[in-house]
Amino acid sequence: MEKPKGPNTEPGFQLNRRALLKSAVSTVAIGSSLTAVAQTNSNPPKPQPIATQASTKGYVFFTPAEQEFIEAVVDHMIPADQFSPKGSDLGVNIFIDRALNDGWGKGDRLYLNGPWQPGTPFQGYQLPMNPAELFRLGIEQCNQYCLKNLQNTFHLLPKNSKEDVLKKLQSGQITFANGLSGKTFFDLLYQTVIEGFFCDPIYGGNADKASWRMLGFPGVIATHAINIETFKNKKYVSNTLSISDIS
Amino acid sequence: MAKSFPEVDVVIVGMGWCGGILAKELSESGMKVVGLERGATRTVENDFSVPHIRDELEYHARTGLAQNLKKETWTVRNQISETALPMRKYGSFIPGDGLGGSGVHWNGQTWRWTDMEFKIKSNYVERYGKKFIPEDMTIQDWGITYAELEPYYDHFEKIAAVSGVAGNLNGQIKNEGNPFEAPRKNQYPLPPLKQSLACDLFTKAAKDLGYHPFPIATANASAAYKNPDGIQFGQCQYCGFCEKFGCESNAKGSPLNTVIPIAMRQPTFELRTNSWVTKVVMSKDKKQATGVNYLNTVTGEECFQAAKIVILAAFGLNNTQLMLTSGIGSVYDPVSQKGLIGKNYAYQTGANANLFFKDKIFNPFMSAGGLITVMDDFHANWDFDRSPQNFIGGATIWGGFFNGRPLEYHPTPPGTPSWGSAWKESMATWYQKTMRIAANGSVMPNRYNYLDLDSTYKNAAGTPLMRMTFDYKPNEHRLSTFAAGLIDQIGKSLNPTMMTKPAPRVTPWNAAVYQSTHNTGGTIMGTNPSNSVVNKNCQSWDLHNLFILGSSVFPHNSAYNPTGLLGALSYRTADIIKTIYQKNPGKLIT
Repeated sequence: MEKPKGPNTEPGFQLNRRALLKSAVSTVAIGSSLTAVAQTNSNPPKPQPIATQASTKGYVFFTPAEQEFIEAVVDHMIPADQFSPKGSDLGVNIFIDRALNDGWGKGDRLYLNGPWQPGTPFQGYQLPMNPAELFRLGIEQCNQYCLKNLQNTFHLLPKNSKEDVLKKLQSGQITFANGLSGKTFFDLLYQTVIEGFFCDPIYGGNADKASWRMLGFPGVIATHAINIETFKNKKYVSNTLSISDIS
Repeated sequence: MAKSFPEVDVVIVGMGWCGGILAKELSESGMKVVGLERGATRTVENDFSVPHIRDELEYHARTGLAQNLKKETWTVRNQISETALPMRKYGSFIPGDGLGGSGVHWNGQTWRWTDMEFKIKSNYVERYGKKFIPEDMTIQDWGITYAELEPYYDHFEKIAAVSGVAGNLNGQIKNEGNPFEAPRKNQYPLPPLKQSLACDLFTKAAKDLGYHPFPIATANASAAYKNPDGIQFGQCQYCGFCEKFGCESNAKGSPLNTVIPIAMRQPTFELRTNSWVTKVVMSKDKKQATGVNYLNTVTGEECFQAAKIVILAAFGLNNTQLMLTSGIGSVYDPVSQKGLIGKNYAYQTGANANLFFKDKIFNPFMSAGGLITVMDDFHANWDFDRSPQNFIGGATIWGGFFNGRPLEYHPTPPGTPSWGSAWKESMATWYQKTMRIAANGSVMPNRYNYLDLDSTYKNAAGTPLMRMTFDYKPNEHRLSTFAAGLIDQIGKSLNPTMMTKPAPRVTPWNAAVYQSTHNTGGTIMGTNPSNSVVNKNCQSWDLHNLFILGSSVFPHNSAYNPTGLLGALSYRTADIIKTIYQKNPGKLIT
């Protein structure tokens, strides 16, 4: 069961829920029609910053409280510095919102049949929840933990407290009040932050290919049969291209 | 009531490398063949076009070309005393799904397994004595020889555009290749891939230490190529999107761009995708298979395809599951050690380390599925004395990498934080300056490593999931520890700025962490019906018109990748069916 969606808080962005959902659907449609586009489009690549595309703005999954949490997490984990803009400016929060709202978030490749039991540490994930359910519950429980122990929800904590909570989650030192393992929630949270940071911008994260530029990854066009020799032990610089750039 | 299809000569279950080869060879010979594939159809042009196929989120993180676990997975446990639980999301291994199977998303690394494997028990007993074999290790001779397979290895290498360099050409040892390989009649059809800086460094380090490194042979075409069937390959572009991806430029040897399209041109071949085989049906006297039941996953209809010959060519694990759900043969029991189906499940072990060089630039994104340099000194080299190390088997050691895709690959030195500016700085600093040295190690079968049906969990078709009971045993702990020591030795000799400590696999097998998709055993090959499910012709000892192709027939697992052997076994079995069995159906070995 999903909670009702909250209003979008971005200035000048006043769309109702139906419009928000519609915009998410159009994002999916862009992704699935790529093949056909790629085959018919012989024009040279036209880079376009994905962050400016309206279809990637606004939340479809996260409630207002969840939006505050996820923005705080992605900006803490990916701060603005000389290597990239901050996580929410890269759309990492939006990537996660979309991922949780799409088939993956709903567990379309996850075996969820019961019965369930915790298992050994070597049997992997064993909860009866899909990623969207686990994420929603994890945020709520994490905020409750922060309120109880640090007198504020996560996004209002000072930087060092945020750091401390995340480290405790990562190292398995927190079990939430309802029995959920903080580490299980963290593993999912961290996985999606990594995905939103490094994925192709077509998915709403990694705006302007910031993480690829940070690494020096040249993108999806890769014809290196000659480069493999000519750039041996030499820096290779190219126009970094993503799927959306050449679609 | 099942919808019934008229009898054909051959029905093949699964359309990957094995099924594709059998489909092509048998339909070309005039036999009427139906190929059943439970996944969807796909083509290179449509499904692997750029930029769509360069989607790392879909094909790496979401394992878009792998079997959908929601529909079917496996239950896993380390010990028979534990309750097996479903592998709910991907981790340890990722079998392919859809037309072409795992042959679509493999890396391409191709080896010739030799008599060192096929006569493993005799070899070790002869050299080290019976007592050298641990009590619960159930190794056995396979009953096949390298000499019988040599022409078929050769053919598979030519079909799949394998690029490499010979190390033993008709007995003449050549140090640019693998000097420990068995004699080959012909050179590889294509020269090796161009070597990367990481390959060069590994080569130098290994040579300086007295080892014998060589470019691994791999089905990544090093140049444009036309195979003996007239299939055109493009040159590998070192794009770094190989393992877990399809190849847009037809440079990776795959059943989807070789044998399957040829089979589909034959009027005698019919492909049915979305056809999920649920059972092999036997005659009343249980001496023959009469066909297979399958679920049409488009309409939900139950179907029966009658056939004179049934060939199981699904992913190895799924072959074993089909034997179990069909009630063919005797189910293995680890306590009494009676029964055969599910016996000798094996896997692979290993170890690895990252090396960081402040003054090198590796360009890790320029890579290919087989762009590594490897050495066989501690595996195929029979002169390597195992007695001080006290293990059976061995490990290949390699240097390089398969990709530099940012989601999967953004290495940082030990002690780096997991987020924040220091983390970003570390990734930005080291992404270009890191290489890997790793080991692939064999896993010997053990009495308590096996496959059977789970009594609790079911797949989407209502059939029990297969239960996997597996752990690395002391023999494999010793091997992995030894391999980790070699990696450490070779790595340190390169004087890296920093290096991670190569950790041996001595903790329990973890189903949640990717290790290898080289799962073997379950319907094993052997010298007689009392020790095996199939003979050396991959023919069932029980039902003479049932053949099983796949890594499920391997009685143990080598350090080598399995596909070279699967290709050779498939071509050999196809030949035997065409030239011997078809004319006189019956037991090929009595």
